[in-house]
Amino acid sequence: MAQMLEVKNLTKTYKSGSKKLTVLSDISFEIHEGDTFSIVGPSGSGKTTLLGLCAGLDRASSGSVTLYGEQFDNMNEDQRAAARNQHVGFVFQNFQLLPTLTALENVMVPMELRGEKKIKQKAMELLERVGLADRHDHYPTQLSGGEQQRISIARAFSNRPKILFADEPTGNLDEETSSKVESLLFDLNKEAGTTLVLVTHDLELAGKTERIIRIKGGQIISDSGKKEVATAENTLSLD
Amino acid sequence: MAWRDGRKSKSRLLLFISSIILGIAALVAINSFGENLKDDINGQAKELLGADLLLGSNKADYGYKLADSLESEVSYENSFASMIFFPKNQESRLVDVRALEGDFPYYGVMETYPESAAATFRQGGAKALVDKSVMIQYDINIGDSVRVGRQTFVIEGQLISSPSQSMAASLIAPAIYIPMDYLDDTKLILKGSRVFYRKFYKFNNLDESFDLDARLEEDRETLRLAGIRSDTVKERKEDTGRTFEDLQNFLNLVAFVALLLGCVGVASAVHIYIKEKIRTVAILRCLGARGTDTFLIYLIQIAVIGLLGSITGALLGSVIQTILPKVFADFLPVEVTLAISWKSIVNGIFTGLIVSVLFALTPLLSVRKASPLLTLRNTSDDSGALKDPLRWLVYAGIVLFIISFAYMQIQDLRDSVVFSLSIVLAFGFLALIARIAMWAVKKFFPVSWNFSWRQSLANLYRPNNQTLILISSIGLGTALITTLYFIQGLLINQVEITTDNDRPNMMIFDIQTYQKDAIAEYTREYGLPVLQEVPIVTMRLQTINGIGQLQAMADSTIEYRNFLFNREFRVSYRDSLIESETLHSGQLTKVENEGDSIFVTVDQGFAEGQHMKIGDELVWNVQGVPITTYIGGLREIDWNRVQTNFLVLFPENVLEPAPQFHVLITRVASTESGAIYQREIVKNYPNVSVIDIGLILNTVDDILSKISFVIRFMALFSIITGLLVLTGSVILSKYQRVKESVLLRTMGGSRKQILTINTLEYFFLGSLASLSGILLSLAGSWALAYFSFDSEFIPNLVPMIAVYFIITGLTIAIGLLNSRGILSRPPLEVLRSEVN
Repeated sequence: MAQMLEVKNLTKTYKSGSKKLTVLSDISFEIHEGDTFSIVGPSGSGKTTLLGLCAGLDRASSGSVTLYGEQFDNMNEDQRAAARNQHVGFVFQNFQLLPTLTALENVMVPMELRGEKKIKQKAMELLERVGLADRHDHYPTQLSGGEQQRISIARAFSNRPKILFADEPTGNLDEETSSKVESLLFDLNKEAGTTLVLVTHDLELAGKTERIIRIKGGQIISDSGKKEVATAENTLSLD
Repeated sequence: MAWRDGRKSKSRLLLFISSIILGIAALVAINSFGENLKDDINGQAKELLGADLLLGSNKADYGYKLADSLESEVSYENSFASMIFFPKNQESRLVDVRALEGDFPYYGVMETYPESAAATFRQGGAKALVDKSVMIQYDINIGDSVRVGRQTFVIEGQLISSPSQSMAASLIAPAIYIPMDYLDDTKLILKGSRVFYRKFYKFNNLDESFDLDARLEEDRETLRLAGIRSDTVKERKEDTGRTFEDLQNFLNLVAFVALLLGCVGVASAVHIYIKEKIRTVAILRCLGARGTDTFLIYLIQIAVIGLLGSITGALLGSVIQTILPKVFADFLPVEVTLAISWKSIVNGIFTGLIVSVLFALTPLLSVRKASPLLTLRNTSDDSGALKDPLRWLVYAGIVLFIISFAYMQIQDLRDSVVFSLSIVLAFGFLALIARIAMWAVKKFFPVSWNFSWRQSLANLYRPNNQTLILISSIGLGTALITTLYFIQGLLINQVEITTDNDRPNMMIFDIQTYQKDAIAEYTREYGLPVLQEVPIVTMRLQTINGIGQLQAMADSTIEYRNFLFNREFRVSYRDSLIESETLHSGQLTKVENEGDSIFVTVDQGFAEGQHMKIGDELVWNVQGVPITTYIGGLREIDWNRVQTNFLVLFPENVLEPAPQFHVLITRVASTESGAIYQREIVKNYPNVSVIDIGLILNTVDDILSKISFVIRFMALFSIITGLLVLTGSVILSKYQRVKESVLLRTMGGSRKQILTINTLEYFFLGSLASLSGILLSLAGSWALAYFSFDSEFIPNLVPMIAVYFIITGLTIAIGLLNSRGILSRPPLEVLRSEVN
């Protein structure tokens, strides 16, 4: 299978006053097309930062990120944005819907940005798929958390992405809703054949992916498949 | 709690109140200036008149027993319009010649350069004081000569100001003072000359209990019957005060509008501020705070910041008031001393506090009803807002405040209500435009347009849009400025004559009968057209339908006013109408045979005003000879035309033998040829006067420019406040724009797309606001032209276009400046701040 994402010696440091804070240190891994992949770790481990760098939302201090053959380090912001619009879908913990747009309009945005025409039908179909076609003209403030996240998922798939980044997609949801959202996410992902990168602290959710990277203190402490996670019983110790 | 919550939001709160600062600064500046001016008018009242009593009449021999019976010093001044001639450069000018005898002014000074000239010019010899502006205009120096009629004077000094002369009048006919002893030598006082005779009294050893004003009031009718005008220190003080009261009222209202704009800014800023704080309120409610408690927290914040802003504004206003005397210098009769007006400062602070709290109350009221559920769920439900009775109470309070404040400024309830209603209507109109715009955009949404255009257009009506606030605030400021331009243009157009047609632009008058033909011939020889030659006979009205002055004054049922019998009518004679006249009713009747009845025609408006009609008998005293006439027709006269128009017109073959003078009207092609022609006429015929219409228009234009500068200076406060409101509104919505823009970037929006969306949104907002304001100003200007100036309003496209581009451009510029940081920030930074 072709390589979808390659991360090489990635490091990210922040300046905090006179001190330097290293959030990620020398991270390297590859993901292939169609893989489902989790990044797990406790709060403050650097997993969201890693996801952001992989998706081109931020610039690394050193190292490189290559997405679908395109190296982010050499790109300016516009080029990154274009790359995201072409290849990437996002699902956020806080849903991140545009509050001034209706559900339908939110789903349409990625397609509008690409200049696609006659997209309303497609957007409605996606809303139908997530079970919210009848709420298409509602604003985010009129929707529950679970409903907002489903809209967010519909939006994430609207531009037919090659890779989907999901940052704690069920972090703000209850167990029952989380379960529904997870199912939806994985089903849509399977239907679309998208590569999935999931950031979570929930090992049960992580266990539903084929591969898990564990991060602690900005470093990869393990990079294993599903089997190894099940036997380790949710502990984050080094193998 | 108010302090703890507010300390992190200092910059937001300070921005809110910047509009209040400017509005209060304007109010305090104007009120302080007004207080100082009032004090100075009171303190310098005697200097305003220069005497204890001024009497004046157009009759040479008049007297007032009371004044003549008191121990007094008297000065005499005879004044009339005439041409003067400067031998040095052969130039001539129409001036107001004032022949003076006595020590006037008794209070204050006749300001001259050198100072001593005010005294030395009347100490023997043919000396004159000439208006400073005339001397500068014609490059004349002290010691040069000036010819007045047949007499030449040496210029003793420059006349800078005199108590009996107003600055505005001197711009049209500047004054020249000569000693009374030399008046006859000028040979300018002939039969029919229009001379005004003044007497200035300084009373000595007057009993303290003697009330001159009261005695004059008793003799008011007698004086009026005798055709004598009077003026005392008290009356002059009141008149001057009244004039500047009108000016101050106008300025106060302009400052009030600036303040109102600031109020709109406060209301919108607090609205957005509270929206941000609503979650905090919900948390406090969860923790047990009552609705009133949370309301009070933010009320205290707003009140404290309002107070600080008002104090700052009041201090700023005290500084700005030092500039105002310089701005109004040309129009002030007294020197204004600069003093801190604590009354104005305290009033300003109090007003600012009330305004801050009152206009913040509407959005603050929603805090009382904020649900603790907002901590759990982000719902927006404003459906109950309008049902809140307190909200309506606040609205009523706002309307009442506007009316009360306007009343305090202008002391006229009717005008206050009209003004307040106009403001409310203006806001209502702008709000309506905003709503219609939002509805129209939604209804006729261009679905086929490019995404950036659609996104920016749709932002006009989506939740949390700024359309209503920006259109109201910017629209009102735009309306005010554009209206001022229109009105200035209207006033100028009323006196303007286009130069590219055949209309006359030069009048020669005071031509004696024996000079008439020679001057007409000279004019033709000079290559100029004789457009009109008009004879003028002076006369007084003796009786109207058998009723004379005494009978009319004694019988209050008779509607003929005293001035009709005192007035010196200037009448002409011809058997046809001229261009500026049309026959309203009746006819022109010729006198063909001796003994025929004489039918005159009268100006229709004048006849109506004086209760005259066709068929009325008018007996005239034509310089001692009674002539009986009847009103045979009424004429409608266009008084704006430069022609000799007459209230009363005789037919030919009646007045030819009467003593008369003539007017000749011509048209000169250029200023230079006109100046040479004028010079030669005055040199050869020193008794005639020449009116150069072009010069007068330039002078009037000058006056109007000064007035409009003053108005625009004050309107600047409104403009700046409007800009502050715009800036504040744009900046305060920044956080929302940042989030939206970054999300669009995250989903792949390019920099160009996002910039385009922001630019277009501000373009639409700026366009809508400026166009609404222009529309409002067109309506307002039409109303002012029709109801106040009785004139036709023709809008000028140039200021409209200029205002549109400037306002729209500014809106875009401020909006984009505000957005400049967004696109350079990495998306993750913003998204993380949301997550955390």
